Amino acid sequence: MTSNLANEPARVAAMFRKMLVIRAFEEAAGENFFVGHVRGSVHQYIGEESIAVGICENLRDDDYLTSNHRGHGHSIAKGADPRAMMLELFGKVGGTSDGKGGSMHIADFSVGMLGANGVIADGCTISVGAAQAVKLLGQDRIVVNFIGDGGINRGPFMEALNWAKVYELPVLFVCENNQIAATTTTRLVTAGEGIAKRAESFDVPAVTIDGNDLFTVDGTAARVISEIRNGSGPQLIQAMTYRLRGHFAHDDAGYREAGEAEAALAHEPIRRTEAWLLENGLSQDELDGMRDEVTAEIAGYVEDAKQADWPDPSLAFTDVQDVGAPAIPGVAS
Amino acid sequence: MSEMTYAQAARLGLQEEMRRDPTVWALGEDLGYEGGMAGQYSDLQAEFGDNRIVDTPISESTIMGAAVGAALAGTRPIAELRFSDFAMCAVDELVNQAAKARYMFGGQARVPMVARMPIGIRGGIAAQHSQSPEAWYTHVPGLVVVTPGTPAENRGLLKAAIRCDDPVVYMEHKGLWGMTGEVDESDQSEIPLGTARTVRDGRDITIVSWAAQVGVASEAAEVLAGEGVVAEVVDLRTLWPWDRETVMASVAKTGKLLVVHEAVRVGGFGGEVAAEVAEELGVPVARLGGERIPIPFSIPLEEAYKIKADRIVARVKEMLA
Ligand SMILES: Cc1ncc(C[n+]2csc(CCOP(=O)(O)OP(=O)(O)O)c2C)c(N)n1
Repeated sequence: MTSNLANEPARVAAMFRKMLVIRAFEEAAGENFFVGHVRGSVHQYIGEESIAVGICENLRDDDYLTSNHRGHGHSIAKGADPRAMMLELFGKVGGTSDGKGGSMHIADFSVGMLGANGVIADGCTISVGAAQAVKLLGQDRIVVNFIGDGGINRGPFMEALNWAKVYELPVLFVCENNQIAATTTTRLVTAGEGIAKRAESFDVPAVTIDGNDLFTVDGTAARVISEIRNGSGPQLIQAMTYRLRGHFAHDDAGYREAGEAEAALAHEPIRRTEAWLLENGLSQDELDGMRDEVTAEIAGYVEDAKQADWPDPSLAFTDVQDVGAPAIPGVAS
Repeated sequence: MSEMTYAQAARLGLQEEMRRDPTVWALGEDLGYEGGMAGQYSDLQAEFGDNRIVDTPISESTIMGAAVGAALAGTRPIAELRFSDFAMCAVDELVNQAAKARYMFGGQARVPMVARMPIGIRGGIAAQHSQSPEAWYTHVPGLVVVTPGTPAENRGLLKAAIRCDDPVVYMEHKGLWGMTGEVDESDQSEIPLGTARTVRDGRDITIVSWAAQVGVASEAAEVLAGEGVVAEVVDLRTLWPWDRETVMASVAKTGKLLVVHEAVRVGGFGGEVAAEVAEELGVPVARLGGERIPIPFSIPLEEAYKIKADRIVARVKEMLA
């Protein structure tokens, strides 16, 4: 798949910068997890940045996106504010959900980001529903669902593929195949050829690409998204990639073969994109400057998050529901 | 006697039962290498092989459904769902199949399976990883519901659950994985299902609780003791069947009942216990449970959800006033 990117170093540089933001965000999330500022689970997207950026760069703000537990990269790529996301990870006021959701439930509806999800594959069926709504409302939006290779063994993935095809819905399934699900090698628990073949068995066109190659992701996304917007019905992109870190920040990934992660570094997307930029007119100084800028930007968000206020406990009782909502302590009902 | 954690004790109980009965086996995600989310399966695959500690795809419906099938076909499976929240992906298999097979098929079938689904707040894992839905399953005829509260009980009750011919919903509390306690390894007996444990003797009021909330109730009882109020604390341990005899005898003695649980108060199992006690003994009863909100992520919000010892102390004082 060729990309029109080659003609546009400035566009590549902008996408590269976004990848750097995701990388720096994830590094900071991990570091702050270890020192106790970020609680719970932090699933880092390190090594997969080109997929979210390559796909989302071809979406409009009003297109929808559903995500999974590893959703920080998807959210940033779709346009969510990384500062608000960092505040959310710290559980502070000003977070994307004012601290109610945390890492696994980042959402920004203002940019069509309908939510990361703690339950594997539940985003598949939600995408189908969002696409039904798009159809009902006569819109030309599309819905992108990010799912991992492990998630394809849950029923909702199969049900969603079938449904999306039966009703020719504008859904793009993007399976990020990092080949492992938590500590389990996906191939060992997946029958048949897997993801793309499953989609094809429902007559959903599927393409398998090198997800760590920003140009391929961008080019494929440009074509597929335009086809879906023009009524092709659902399609699937299987983006091959590698999870450079453990399943979550506190997983040392001891189940890996020795040297595996080190070998994968050669193929990781930031290095590859950087190499291209160097060959296409950007200087090392410019790239280093960009990196420093991004690092400082994220460090600033971490500082903001440390300084920010904790939410008032009464916030725990708001936004539950309209009818029959709980009383808010200290507030007369 | 050895000191071990709640997770280690469960591992021991499972290992003993697997050694005793070759038809006992477990299926779930990440049981082999990882050994379960708290090490409660660690190294068991090495001992028993991957036919008995089965690493599954991320396919909750089939984890539960397969356990039903395997139980109908002569084995004793333990379906590991990791979080009671994910078990909701397989409620149909549990409620419509496991719970009803024996009855619908006129007693031809037994479903000796354990659906293991940890509950509760562990700290910062928010709305889809912290729920305590134990009351849901008490409502379903055919199911047994167990909520172990200490290491020794997590061994003894797991043994009982595995030996039981009914489907048992076995709900460990995630906040207790690291709790340590004495376990008598020489004693291979099970803790009978449906028996409560009196954690603390008292005379002024009975506080009934289960799982991690028992510790909080005991803390409250300690504070009350300092103020001259002697509360009896009862850990129900099994919610269905629950130990009416122990609870009724305790409340008959103290004359008042407070049920405390981490789960949402509305529709919680505390309502059932309180109503039964009120109907039978006609004494004052009260409940404390979570507000009807999803579990929030941020520390002060999560703390606002919890029922702390001071709330229990205050409620007890109100009841005694
Ligand atoms: C229904 C459900 N089952 C199990 C889990 C626990 N879990 C969280 S992430 C994960 C592995 C997911 O692997 P994959 O879909 O390949 O995504 P990746 O983590 O590799 O990005 C598992 C088993 C869950 N969150 N939801």
